[in-house]
Amino acid sequence: MAEFFTTAIIVSTVASTFRFATSYLYAAIGETFGQRSGVLNLGVDGIMLLGAFGAYYTVLKSGNLWLALAVAAAIGMLMGLAMAYASVTLQAEQGISGIGFYLFGLGLSDLLFQKLVGTPLPIDGFPNLRIPLLADIPIVGEMLFDHSIIVYGAFLLVPVAAFVLNRTTVGLNIRAVGENPEAADTLGVSVAKVRYFTVILGSTLAGIGGAALATELGIFQQNLTAGQGFIAVALVYFGAWRPLGVMFGALLYGFVAAVVLQLKTLGVIPLGASDLAAMLPALITILALVVAVQRERQPAALTKPYERGE
Amino acid sequence: MRRWAGAVFPVAAVVAALLVGGVTLALLGADPLEGFRAMIEGAFGSGRALADTTSKAVPLLLVGVGITIAFRANVINIGGEGQIILGALFATIFALAVPDLPAGLMIPALLIAGFVGGAIWGAIPGALKAYFNVNEILSTIMLNIVAVQLMNYLLRGPLIDPAEIEAGTRIPQTMRLAPSGDLPVLLEGTRLNLGAVIAVLFAIAAYVFLWRTTAGFRIRAVGLNPHASRYAGIKVKRSIVAALTLSGALCGLAGVILVFGSESHRFVTDGSSTGFTGNAGFNGIVAALFGGLHPIGTIPASFLFGALLVGANKLQRVVQVPAALVVALNGLVVVFVVSSAIWKRRLEQRYLLEDSAKELVDQPAEVDDG
Repeated sequence: MAEFFTTAIIVSTVASTFRFATSYLYAAIGETFGQRSGVLNLGVDGIMLLGAFGAYYTVLKSGNLWLALAVAAAIGMLMGLAMAYASVTLQAEQGISGIGFYLFGLGLSDLLFQKLVGTPLPIDGFPNLRIPLLADIPIVGEMLFDHSIIVYGAFLLVPVAAFVLNRTTVGLNIRAVGENPEAADTLGVSVAKVRYFTVILGSTLAGIGGAALATELGIFQQNLTAGQGFIAVALVYFGAWRPLGVMFGALLYGFVAAVVLQLKTLGVIPLGASDLAAMLPALITILALVVAVQRERQPAALTKPYERGE
Repeated sequence: MRRWAGAVFPVAAVVAALLVGGVTLALLGADPLEGFRAMIEGAFGSGRALADTTSKAVPLLLVGVGITIAFRANVINIGGEGQIILGALFATIFALAVPDLPAGLMIPALLIAGFVGGAIWGAIPGALKAYFNVNEILSTIMLNIVAVQLMNYLLRGPLIDPAEIEAGTRIPQTMRLAPSGDLPVLLEGTRLNLGAVIAVLFAIAAYVFLWRTTAGFRIRAVGLNPHASRYAGIKVKRSIVAALTLSGALCGLAGVILVFGSESHRFVTDGSSTGFTGNAGFNGIVAALFGGLHPIGTIPASFLFGALLVGANKLQRVVQVPAALVVALNGLVVVFVVSSAIWKRRLEQRYLLEDSAKELVDQPAEVDDG
């Protein structure tokens, strides 16, 4: 156990905490927008899978990582449009339609992978971008400032999302629609427009989250996300619908994943017990939900479709 | 006529999903008609195919009926996967612990063990929802993840077939379980076993429970209007826990049948999240929705989706399009069914209006002479 506490191992554990948190963060920040406006998008995992495959396939064929990111974002956008049409225009029960979108993404990404790729070939992700000067700070520099651009992007997204939600008219409208759609409507805010916007934005970020996962891991396989999208949905509850809280949740998951990986490589935990360790995130989520729900109140109109009274 | 008008929407949803499937086949360079022909042949083409379809439908039916009970209490149970696994684990551990029981006792004992295992995995999210206000969708999904990891741990460790360790192959599976637990095959030479009868009996029992008993009435009342139910003296929290517990219990039975009705008579997985269940916990939701969230309607619905799954394997062999297509199509069916609910509601509203209009016309107008 003593060897676990060497500087090198602590540094690499913290560094991979940020890497592991990245895909959760994109998806969960995106989901925060949707939920703040009153829409629960449970299809995140399926959208992440499609985004991950789209990015993986693009890199495989063109080697262009930016194009891959754009493809993943476009896939997310399209899925978001469909999701918004179902939940906003057609007022579909969100808990179930989301499962439909999940199954669709799970099946389609697997189908396309088997048909178009077949044997998994590794790809190169975004190279690490050492931030000048900052990366040279001993210990901290390596932990924080030696990552790929996609990792930095995820963490930059947090203050941006918080600013948009709390300090802009768009954010005010989003929150109003999520708390009291009738009142927002009376004040001339289009409930449908706001919700289309947040769902499409959220799904786009989910697509990018999938791309982040595939490019950071450098691989695609059936069900690559293994439920990350669902955890991202839970993270929004966990973070009490605030970007900063969501970030702490994502970091917690990243940390658990990083520690488990580190212990496994060091052979501290036997192979069999790593299955038990993999339970931790889910168990933590359940406990976190119990605690979070007692403390915080969810957006009042969450999962409730809005129909103008005649 | 009107009674059946609501059924148009699920059927249309499946037809629409199949159309999308046809387009996908064409895009992937396969002949859609040949693909569909292969699917139909694979699912219904022979006695063996029909037996396979029925066997595939059994877990979907039990899960679907379970989901239906939860839905009727307005609780969404996404935890079928985990509840199936817990049911299978409980029954498997029982069979390993008490292998010498005669078949007459063994099979009922296994069913009870699985029922209890699934019930526990349903009661947890039920209690969390009722007493801690935790969203059941999220808690059931998390419990699915926990169950999968627990299964992987047990099948790779404590429950693994000793022969797998000796051979060094380490396939995550148990040894061949006690033969007295084998579910009797109904049709010689096929996989069709007693599980099919059990599933149908439980579907009928669930119908009787929901519509003919007080406890069932309470569950439906809570689902329709929890506030009114509370005023009427129904213990809402208790009904929510009961609905999810029963829902999980039925999924647990599906797990028992997946293990003890299998050809290998072992509990086997491949380490992936759906390696054991074959996604039955989610596909059961599709069947339940298609069956109109009615236990009896779920019987033909699960048969249809069993056929889709079995047909997909044939599709893969004949036109080389992966069976994963069916997973995607199932997702579309779900989206289409819940999205079309708005038109169903509008149709029902129109009927209601027409009826009240007719009543007004039929009644002799009261003439007010002043």
